[in-house]
Amino acid sequence: MRAKAPIPGLMVPSMRAAVIVFPASNCDRDAASALEELTGQKTQMVWHQQNELPAGVDLVVLPGGFSYGDYLRTGAMAAHSNIMPAVRAHADRGGAVLGICNGFQVLTETHMLPGVLMRNAGLKFVCHMTELVVSESQSAFTRKYTAGQHVTFPVAHGEGNYTADEATLDRLEGEGRVAFRYAPGHNCNGSMRDIAGILSEKRNVLGLMPHPERVCDPLLGGTDGRALFQSLIETLG
Amino acid sequence: MKARVFVTLKSGVLDPQGKAIGHALQGLGFDGVGEVRQGKVIDLELAETDAAKARAAVRQMCEQLLANTVIEKYEIELKS
Repeated sequence: MRAKAPIPGLMVPSMRAAVIVFPASNCDRDAASALEELTGQKTQMVWHQQNELPAGVDLVVLPGGFSYGDYLRTGAMAAHSNIMPAVRAHADRGGAVLGICNGFQVLTETHMLPGVLMRNAGLKFVCHMTELVVSESQSAFTRKYTAGQHVTFPVAHGEGNYTADEATLDRLEGEGRVAFRYAPGHNCNGSMRDIAGILSEKRNVLGLMPHPERVCDPLLGGTDGRALFQSLIETLG
Repeated sequence: MKARVFVTLKSGVLDPQGKAIGHALQGLGFDGVGEVRQGKVIDLELAETDAAKARAAVRQMCEQLLANTVIEKYEIELKS
């Protein structure tokens, strides 16, 4: 994919991003496009059969889609693909990992994030814009938002019903690791405590069901997702 | 040796699909059906002939891939 020229006079961000491509990923190019627009840097597309990430990568994105046809459980096959040990090692070193939709499901299946995304409570695939509340602005992913801010991102999933035991939920809330919640009346999948996105213990891994990469261009109906990527650029360079 | 693995949701985990099946059964006129829970059956053919070793191997398969033990439990049935 061709990187767009940065806006003249602005400092060129140096954040290097890689997007992992699984068979049946379908938001990989949306993520790359949003990143390239905002960083002016070419995004590396990494095929799931590779064993290593490109050198110097700051951010790894696990994109939305239906990896491996959602066989067995959503994200279960992708969690065991060749590239995942390298993604885990990147996170263990403190590197940033962003899992969107199917990417979030992959992160729970690898246990890089706690809990699980179950079938939507209403059993229907949900596909529409949804209102979220930014619950936590103290993270590399959300620092450009303010806590309590309402944003609108699209959702598009059949398994987004965030489920964990009470102790895990209490811990996530107690440690300020619930990054996004569905706004009151907008919990479209039955997620416990309205959870839409959570951070890892070290706060360098974020998984969320709604799609910030699809609201980075006014032509797509909104720009509320930009601040998430701008937060990362501000943090990672 | 063959193994059959039953993967089901742990008790207490909400099962919307099971609920929908229950409603559909009611709609078909099957009265007296209580709670319905849905699960998966996975059949495996194994080269291993020792039952204890086979069971241990399948248990590892369940832990690593076949079940998500956050919400699911599994039972293993061996057939020689």
